[in-house]
Amino acid sequence: MESLTLSDVEQKYYSELFVYCDTDNTKKVASNGRVLDLFRAAQLPSEVVLQITELCGATRLGHFGRSQFYIALKLIAIAQAGLPLRVESLNSVKDLPLPRFIVGKNEAEARHAALYQDADSQGVYPPPGVAVIPRPPGRGVQNKKGPPSTAAHPVHEVIQPLAPTIETQPEPTSPVVSPHQSPPTSPHSWRKHKRQPSGGNPDRPAAVAAPGVAWTQFREPQTGPAGADGMWPSRSPPPAGQESWVSFTADTPPSSTLPAGHPSSVQESTTVRTVTSTALPNEIQRQSSGYDDPWKITDEQRQYYINQFKTIQPDLTGFIPGSAAKEFFTKSKLPILELSHIWELSDFDKDGALTLDEFCAAFHLVVARKNGYDLPEKLPESLMPKLIDLDDSAEVPEPTADVGYSASPEEGTPNKSPSMPSLNQAWPEMNQSNEDTAIVHPVPIRMTPSKIHMQEMELKRTGSDHNHPASPLLAKPPELSEEAKLPASMKFAAANAVGDGYSSSDSFTSDPEPITRQRSQSGTSPETLKVVAPPPPPPRPHPSHSRSSSLDMNRTFAPSTAAGAVQPSAIAFPPAVPPRPLPTQTSVPVAGLRVETEAGPARGAALATTTSPQQIPQQPNFADFSQFQAFAASEQPSSLPEVDKHSEEAQVEKMAEGPAPLRTVKSDGPADDRSSAAVNSAKGSSGPLAPPPKPVRRRLKSEDELRPEDEQHGPQKSNIMAAVLATQPSIPRSAGKDKKSIQASIRRNKETNTVLARLNSELQQQLKDLLEERISLEVQLEQLRPFSHL
Amino acid sequence: MAVCIAVIAKENYPLYIRSVATQNELKFHYTVHTSLDVVEEKISSVGKALGDQRELYLGLLYPTEDYKVYGYVTNSKVKFVIVVDSSNTSLRDNEIRSMFRKLHNSFTDVMCNPFYNPGDPIQSKAFNGVVSGMMVQTG
Repeated sequence: MESLTLSDVEQKYYSELFVYCDTDNTKKVASNGRVLDLFRAAQLPSEVVLQITELCGATRLGHFGRSQFYIALKLIAIAQAGLPLRVESLNSVKDLPLPRFIVGKNEAEARHAALYQDADSQGVYPPPGVAVIPRPPGRGVQNKKGPPSTAAHPVHEVIQPLAPTIETQPEPTSPVVSPHQSPPTSPHSWRKHKRQPSGGNPDRPAAVAAPGVAWTQFREPQTGPAGADGMWPSRSPPPAGQESWVSFTADTPPSSTLPAGHPSSVQESTTVRTVTSTALPNEIQRQSSGYDDPWKITDEQRQYYINQFKTIQPDLTGFIPGSAAKEFFTKSKLPILELSHIWELSDFDKDGALTLDEFCAAFHLVVARKNGYDLPEKLPESLMPKLIDLDDSAEVPEPTADVGYSASPEEGTPNKSPSMPSLNQAWPEMNQSNEDTAIVHPVPIRMTPSKIHMQEMELKRTGSDHNHPASPLLAKPPELSEEAKLPASMKFAAANAVGDGYSSSDSFTSDPEPITRQRSQSGTSPETLKVVAPPPPPPRPHPSHSRSSSLDMNRTFAPSTAAGAVQPSAIAFPPAVPPRPLPTQTSVPVAGLRVETEAGPARGAALATTTSPQQIPQQPNFADFSQFQAFAASEQPSSLPEVDKHSEEAQVEKMAEGPAPLRTVKSDGPADDRSSAAVNSAKGSSGPLAPPPKPVRRRLKSEDELRPEDEQHGPQKSNIMAAVLATQPSIPRSAGKDKKSIQASIRRNKETNTVLARLNSELQQQLKDLLEERISLEVQLEQLRPFSHL
Repeated sequence: MAVCIAVIAKENYPLYIRSVATQNELKFHYTVHTSLDVVEEKISSVGKALGDQRELYLGLLYPTEDYKVYGYVTNSKVKFVIVVDSSNTSLRDNEIRSMFRKLHNSFTDVMCNPFYNPGDPIQSKAFNGVVSGMMVQTG
């Protein structure tokens, strides 16, 4: 290697860089890893880097000695300047700018831009000296040596091994620069944690202290951990990073004051200072300048926050408990009151723990506060967790899967948020905490077959997979992308489903952008609507129906209103127990009401004449059923409202038959007949289902009214018919009052039901007794017979 | 609309007290202090079903000629006292309950804040905002 002549600036810079790379503190050899990182940061194509390493002789040596390192740096500068890589050019190129290394995400650029923004109002990269300088990788190294400077933050490793050279010049220049802290250094500064290590300079602390109170705050913590933490690997206490970070704010002014010239002492000093507070100012400036929204989190910031988050909680989807967060943020030396306010702002879901987004928001607020911004009264939109998710999607390297998943839902979330603010909070958690569960979420979505079909149709129509948490699409073999989308869509769907529960229609209308989401929503919403709409309660079976069904009356009576034959079958249930006064008596009170109601109509009984003969033989059988019939009759009115008028009419007729027989029964006298008639009527009415007992009752009542009129008329049947007709007009009335009457009748029916049930049990008991009696009698008879024979 | 809202800790010292009328503020303080006796009395009487929302809301503690005092106690024996001006169209019980509920919610938010040490005076802006929303909007 030819000898290399470096300018002073270059010399300093390179030595700084070398120190930065000299992780082993050998002062002789720069670690390959660091060097390679550095070279990568130079943003040169890899072939060039290879060429450089070869040229500088490292390949030969197998490691980077100081000279090789310097040569490499020079070559990098040459390459960055666009000149061909030649060994000869090492010394020939004049005024070569210092090699620029990009730290992290264009931090260097940012810094440069920030640095010179004020100065030049340009985003031009400042002379490498300045730009590069602030990054004191060397500082970091120095820290390792235990300088009082703050420990390096576990920030980007790539950091910029910039401008360690500046360190050498801090003293003279530092007083010049009294840094005022410029505001939002934030993440950059954190990243630049290394810079903090620059605390090695004795002057720096002084200089640093000068600019800002904030710095002093950091000093202590910085000094504390300084020894412990080298660079990134150690976890320099985040607060230290924070502090240095905050202190960076002071740096920006100095940096801003830096002339956009080649490294000057002033620049260096300022940069040095910035180094201590480091690079934050640049970044801060950049940040402040670059932001339209002061609360927006840049990528670097976010990455820094994420790294900090990892130090507390390795799981990026997990929570930081309140106590841990408290300690963390307490290190920032903000007053507790402000920290408390920041917490209130950032704990979006008020759960006492910070998710990644909440943590980033809180951190950002701390940084801003440190930089002099006042805390907002409420959380700025850009810091809202839901939005942060969006930002996160590109940032977070590790949870790529989550990111991938969250990507699509994230598109939706922002849209969703306006529509479904209630879900906003849920979203970040959903996205962060459980991609798997998010995928699972859709499963519980209520899916009706119609919904599934709707979804299918929707999918086919839209061609998106989103909606179907439901099976149909899932069953299909979607492409992987679709599958990937599915969870998102499923999440959407889940959210949609959930949201639909809240306001499906709202979500629809308010989300124009994410078409897929819209589709999903549209897909789900109708479905959900369907689901929501759906189940009109199945038409309740008529009480008479149920009752009758229980008694199998429908079946028995359906076929024929006359049901003469059927009636016996129905009636045949009870053994031929002679109608007892008891049952009749018991039934009387039960059926009494009805009987009374039927009393009037009973007179008509024209039909009764026809039916009565049928019923008469069955009357004994009716004994037990009388109550039921009566009950049925009573129920019929209740079921009336549900029946349309036609059926009512038909039933009325049947009921007319019923009451007619009832009437006839009554006219006959035995309550059984009445009850049987009632039963018949009930049966008849129950057959068609609608014999609304109420109307029947009313009819009966009206019949009562009419009865006196029709009583004497010719055929009772006609009377009954007249009664029926008379009642028909009453039907509308009853229809009008149906609801109340229905309810009333329902109540009455229930009462009668219970009474009848009791009666039934009693009758059964009586039946048993009778049977026993009968058996005993028969036995006696047999015993007597032989005697008789004898 | 409340005239004075106070949050009293379990040990019966105030965590937060704010009145709407700057003058006579001491009067409200005194009123709240005296209401504590009534609160204690009500708490001691309700020994059984604790944790019931109804139990939390103590209702009208006592009326004076100018105002009424309502009480509410949480499960951790933190008491909320609201003094309402009697001249106001008497607020319905539900409204008072909802005010207490809001107070309770925002108080729990304050408690959740790890930076808040229980027993410290409440200085949360959010809590202040909630209370301001409930105070009488006098000029």
